[in-house]
Amino acid sequence: MNLGKVVGKVWATQKCPGLYGKRLLFIQPLSFGGHVLGDPIVSLDTVGAGTGDMVIYVSSMEATIPFKPELVPTDATIVGITDRVDHEAMIPKPWSRSRDHEAVIPKP
Amino acid sequence: MILGKVVGTVWATRKDEQLVGMKLQLVRELGLDGKLKSKFVVAVDSVGAGVGETVLFAQGSSARQTELTRNKPVDAVITAIVDKFDTK
Repeated sequence: MNLGKVVGKVWATQKCPGLYGKRLLFIQPLSFGGHVLGDPIVSLDTVGAGTGDMVIYVSSMEATIPFKPELVPTDATIVGITDRVDHEAMIPKPWSRSRDHEAVIPKP
Repeated sequence: MILGKVVGTVWATRKDEQLVGMKLQLVRELGLDGKLKSKFVVAVDSVGAGVGETVLFAQGSSARQTELTRNKPVDAVITAIVDKFDTK
């Protein structure tokens, strides 16, 4: 899995049956320090993430597993909304108990 | 999935028989700034996308998760025709 930030939304009426009724969100993959890493990808959403949320997303074939047994041609699916990331390399200040994960990861 | 634009069609009369009946579209990756990137794929079209349309395509084994491409030698499929997208 990877960490990414939801940065937008895609509307598509004409699509594979497997995508009906599912939200298509743009995710900006983040590098270790929380900076922009490559181009945004489009993913399905199973947890109701909104723009600006930091999320955990799974890619490749495993992205279809949350939708089993339905045939869903997705290679990226959001499987979690991040509350906080604790890692010593990421925490610029002394250990912070802040709930706001933005404080722990610098703004991309 | 990745944003792309259908820029052409690939025709192949002699091919693996499992690919018979599939429309092979040439899809170039599209940046959010609207510029076409050099990366492209030959993707099976399962939604009837025409040349010039902005689409989404899935790659890897996930591309076999449609009725059309199930258990077929396909690793890229056009999954949707994009009406609108916005990114803050």
